[in-house]
Amino acid sequence: MNIHEYQGKELLRSYGVAVPNGYVAFTPEEAVEAAKKLNSDIKVVKAQIHAGGRGKAGGVKLAKSLDEVRTYAEELLGKTLVTHQTGPEGKEVKRLLIEEGSDIKKEFYVGLVLDRATSRIVLMGSEEGGTEIEEVAAKTPEKIFKETIDPAVGLLPFQARRLAFNINIPKELINKAVKFMTGLYQVFVEKDCSVAEINPLVITGDGQVMALDAKLNFDDNALYRHKDIMELRDLSEEDEKEIEASKYGLSYIALDGNIGCMVNGAGLAMSTMDIIKHYGGDPANFLDVGGGATTEKVTEAFKIILSDENVKGIFVNIFGGIMRCDVIANGIVEATKQMGLELPLVVRLEGTNVEIGKQILEDSGLNITAAESMADGAEKIVSLVK
Amino acid sequence: MSIFINQDTKVIVQGITGSTGLFHTKQAIEYGTKIVGGVTPGKGGTEVEGVPVFNTVQEAVDKTGANVSVLYVPPAFAADSIMEAVDAELDLVIAITEHIPVLDMVKVKRYMEGKKTRLIGPNCPGVITPEECKIGIMPGYIHRKGHVGVVSRSGTLTYEAVHQLSQANIGQSTAVGIGGDPVNGTNFIDVLKAFNEDDETYAVVMIGEIGGTAEEEAAEWIKANMTKPVVGFIGGQTAPPGKRMGHAGAIIAGGKGTASEKIKKLNECGVKVADTPSVIGETLISVLKEKGLYEKCLIKLNK
Repeated sequence: MNIHEYQGKELLRSYGVAVPNGYVAFTPEEAVEAAKKLNSDIKVVKAQIHAGGRGKAGGVKLAKSLDEVRTYAEELLGKTLVTHQTGPEGKEVKRLLIEEGSDIKKEFYVGLVLDRATSRIVLMGSEEGGTEIEEVAAKTPEKIFKETIDPAVGLLPFQARRLAFNINIPKELINKAVKFMTGLYQVFVEKDCSVAEINPLVITGDGQVMALDAKLNFDDNALYRHKDIMELRDLSEEDEKEIEASKYGLSYIALDGNIGCMVNGAGLAMSTMDIIKHYGGDPANFLDVGGGATTEKVTEAFKIILSDENVKGIFVNIFGGIMRCDVIANGIVEATKQMGLELPLVVRLEGTNVEIGKQILEDSGLNITAAESMADGAEKIVSLVK
Repeated sequence: MSIFINQDTKVIVQGITGSTGLFHTKQAIEYGTKIVGGVTPGKGGTEVEGVPVFNTVQEAVDKTGANVSVLYVPPAFAADSIMEAVDAELDLVIAITEHIPVLDMVKVKRYMEGKKTRLIGPNCPGVITPEECKIGIMPGYIHRKGHVGVVSRSGTLTYEAVHQLSQANIGQSTAVGIGGDPVNGTNFIDVLKAFNEDDETYAVVMIGEIGGTAEEEAAEWIKANMTKPVVGFIGGQTAPPGKRMGHAGAIIAGGKGTASEKIKKLNECGVKVADTPSVIGETLISVLKEKGLYEKCLIKLNK
């Protein structure tokens, strides 16, 4: 799960990590009121969307007066920002962060991520702040320093100190940097983050070590033990169909194509997208109905697929292990009864109770094209939507 | 022969009284797996499916002599249950449970350092040695005994591959699901090593997917060490970056973990990769023929 920058900063502040003073605003009036509470000459007006690259897309403005704050707030609220992370359709700005301007002396990068190879959390730092870490890794990997953290003892002070020295934080600010990193690690482990990136971390003219931006992502599997984090979820930032799917325990991801897919199992679902592409088609979605699908779940899955206007045909690919083919078949029949079926539908069933499943579909009298294999099904649906 | 489990394996089920645990215990017993006990704290002294239930793993091991455990415990309690099994010094723990928090698994891996237990999973279908021992949620009937090892990050995709093999009369020595999570107990290399050392495994099918670099590392290892042919498949060639594709570990992050990178690396290291999931079986057969192993792998010749 993602949260907004302002929410991330509030969380960091509560762990003793320094961030600029600032307030969230949903309207230009709130923006001006927020700006009045700040002490700096320059106020920063920052668009809050769940995507990086906001600065380059014109989503961050420096205001010298309250009037300018209002002007910028009016301009940004309701505007659609297109960054390299939003996709071409962009994201509408609905919230702003109004923040004190900082006297930036130098920018750094500090982040915590999971290192899959060692199964440990790694603290990464670089003096190339403001640039994406992937870009630094590609161009100047020698400028990235890492500290692997032993979960039994946590981030040790010497590790934070060594990283701070390695990335050339001035020696008089080392202790502040250590405090910063220690706080960041505490947030990460106590709130079950999956990523915590501070880019840039800045040192200021008045000797502060601060997070000028904050990207915190959380492990969905751990949200059950963090009610406070769950409350920060902004549903308007997420795809409606994905939200609907998650209510039914379906794993759905919207894509750009026109062939709706319904599959059981994540690996098979991904491969179904691949094989559609292989035969010249374009998948409209990734959809894993999971192992314990019921007729109701399958019906909902169908509804979600059909609510995508781009969908011109549907491919159901099921390898029933625990998931029985007759359950899937009943779900398909039920869903099409409820919603009507005007689009081509290709169904490939294999595995447990496959014969019963095929019989149910045949007896339904629905216009369903049966497929003998995954490849056969993909070929058929691709030719049907053309 | 086989790897990790066989007809002598004695299994306890952690979470045996839950609906999932109970269902799969029944299935495993029908398949012929030696389920010798179950563990559910507070239900010790009872019996389900003719199997005695214990309060603790230690007690179950002491009383039954089990050497392997399988976990159907809910995600919030799964990490603790894995560590309980590790503490009881089982040879192998197979964690089926999906949705365990990653940081719990980071702790589990740290706890396991220097201990004897091997963990497979979590978020995996389990392990099966056909016609001997089935531990997990895979449909038993699609498997046939034979000489091809299968290792995979995905459940249903494994069934797809196994089904293709069985249809073509190619049996399997053991099929291992290592799971779809970013932190898991056993990786591709561990399983490949075991297959390499198993006299009855003649070739291996390795099924990977996007996310991480485990396939690349495995490719390097194969090139340097593997004496048996390996055929691969990578799911998620069309997956968009930054999106988790169902599995917690299946995500292209920061431009890393793409299918094309993995396929390229596997090809460079001499692993033939099937273009589509439909031709995993065919691809293996073509390689078996090339290496003169096809006849040896056919089921009818075994009997």
